[in-house]
Amino acid sequence: MASKVIHAIYNDDDLLLQGVKQVREARYHIGEIYTPMPVHGLDKAMGLAPTRLAITSFMYGVVGFAVAVAMMNFIMIEDWPQDIGGKPSFSFLENLPAFVPIMFELTVFFAAHLMVITFYMRSKLWPFKKAENPDVRTTDDMFLMEVDVANHNVDELTKFLYDTGAAEIKLIDNK
Amino acid sequence: MYTLSSKLKLTAIIFMIVGAIGLVIGFLQAPSDLDDVREMMAAEEHHGETSHAEEEADANFAEAEHGVLLDDEPGRNADEDEAHAAEAGAHDNEHLEHKLHQLQNKPWAAVYVAAFFFFMISLGVLAFYALQYASQAGWSPVLFRVMEAISAYIVPGGIIMFVLLALSGFHLNHLFIWMDPEVVAHDEIIQNKTAYLNVPFFLIRAAIFLGGWFVFRHFLVRNSRKLDEATDLHYFKKNFKLAAGFLVFFLVSESMMSWDWIMSLDPHWFSTLFGWYVFSSMFVSGITVIALVSIYLKSRGHLPFVNNSHIHDLAKFMFGISIFWTYLWFSQFMLIWYSNIPEEVVYFISRIENYSLPFFGMVVLNFVFPLLVLMNSDYKRINWFVVMTGVIILVGHYLDIFTMVMPSTVGESWFIGIPEISAVFFFGGLFTFVIFNALTKAPLLAKRNPYIKESEHFHY
Repeated sequence: MASKVIHAIYNDDDLLLQGVKQVREARYHIGEIYTPMPVHGLDKAMGLAPTRLAITSFMYGVVGFAVAVAMMNFIMIEDWPQDIGGKPSFSFLENLPAFVPIMFELTVFFAAHLMVITFYMRSKLWPFKKAENPDVRTTDDMFLMEVDVANHNVDELTKFLYDTGAAEIKLIDNK
Repeated sequence: MYTLSSKLKLTAIIFMIVGAIGLVIGFLQAPSDLDDVREMMAAEEHHGETSHAEEEADANFAEAEHGVLLDDEPGRNADEDEAHAAEAGAHDNEHLEHKLHQLQNKPWAAVYVAAFFFFMISLGVLAFYALQYASQAGWSPVLFRVMEAISAYIVPGGIIMFVLLALSGFHLNHLFIWMDPEVVAHDEIIQNKTAYLNVPFFLIRAAIFLGGWFVFRHFLVRNSRKLDEATDLHYFKKNFKLAAGFLVFFLVSESMMSWDWIMSLDPHWFSTLFGWYVFSSMFVSGITVIALVSIYLKSRGHLPFVNNSHIHDLAKFMFGISIFWTYLWFSQFMLIWYSNIPEEVVYFISRIENYSLPFFGMVVLNFVFPLLVLMNSDYKRINWFVVMTGVIILVGHYLDIFTMVMPSTVGESWFIGIPEISAVFFFGGLFTFVIFNALTKAPLLAKRNPYIKESEHFHY
């Protein structure tokens, strides 16, 4: 973490987007951006890598499908192949239609829940977690961009951020 | 304005000619009386050991089935051989007659499947088009002219369907067994349905459905063209109401159409979700054809305002409705399989026993393939992926109609041979010719649609 950062606060998401583009063009480094709501195109403007959450979800779905197949094949076909209402329990394939609803639901269950848990873990969210909010107004109506000062001239950077339309600029010392 | 390239025109006409020749061959090959069938079966037997063995297996199977049917008759085992010997002569003739009807139906059924398949595509596109108007979709107006052109086939295709139904009604073929008075005379189940299933009412219903669709299409397209020159939104509002009205009419008429044109091929069988099932098939094939035509036109530089987000949206629809189709297919299959009530389950028994490859193959083509290929958001933007999946979806839905129609018309005598392929060629050529000809009738970008700007800048 940079020892010194500048918090530039914008009160409009259009200004913020424009500011992000200018800051990146000027090759300053953006640490974080705090917004009260999703801003369309912000991740693209910041150059963030696309999420791989959907890929994990697909894999969890495959796992759920495999669990369902293995479970029902063992219980219904291998372990105790009972005649229940004349359903053919000689092989998995013969009784497959009866298993499909469970296979479907388990696939969705695994895909959905494990993906959500992955999301919580990756974004470090849990109950009693201490909120990392640099300015309470960013949950209401302000947009905050955190720019690393690094070895740049503070005055120049401040002037630059002011020109991008920031309503408030603060120098923060990280201890 | 789009101009029909002479190459495309020539290809379509060649397809139609080749298909027409194949159909003539198919009709000539069909046997005309019992002697022909006897000869054909004799010729088949001379083909070699394998076919002979197969036939014997078939015969054994038939006998086994016969045995099962008689299972509850006491003393069956003792009389069995005698009864068989006595019955043999009459049974043989009966069998030949059965076979004759199936083989005579073969070219007719091939034409019927292909005619319905291409007709339902244009009807599905019309439903999609009306849905875009009624839901005031912001992404699709740039594709309206493509949809209007594809729905143009509804008129010639619908007339061909009506002619085919009328020919059945005039007893030129045996596609619909309930149209045969001799069959009805001995069949109490059909007798109880004659209030609905009788030829005049059947044809009147068909005329009402087709007339309704023609009229709605005519006015929807006319208003859309008039909107181009209008100075206000009068025609847009008109189309909005018209589209909403069409959707109501469509859902009722489509459902009844599927009972009439497809389900009544099996007059002993019924299924309540059949209308939806046929609808999902036509809807997904229609959307696929919209995507294919748009990609083709774009590759030729005729649709510069269509970007890959539009293709992405169409591919999403292909993906979603493919799954919807599978859901309905499975719901219908599983409910009947699970309860296993004899009068319902024969429908699937005949399909699984004699049509296992097309019956289960189409589920793979229509579900597994789109599911795995079109799940990735990036792939949905890649034209060749969409085209490849689109072709597979269309083949799958042809097989879908094939397995709906064929088992009840030609039974185990099915084969995808000259008549079937020729029919697809013929109607495919006609379809291509009609829709690309319709594309030349208006500029490819609708003007003055209130959503056209949004649609041109659509980005997902």
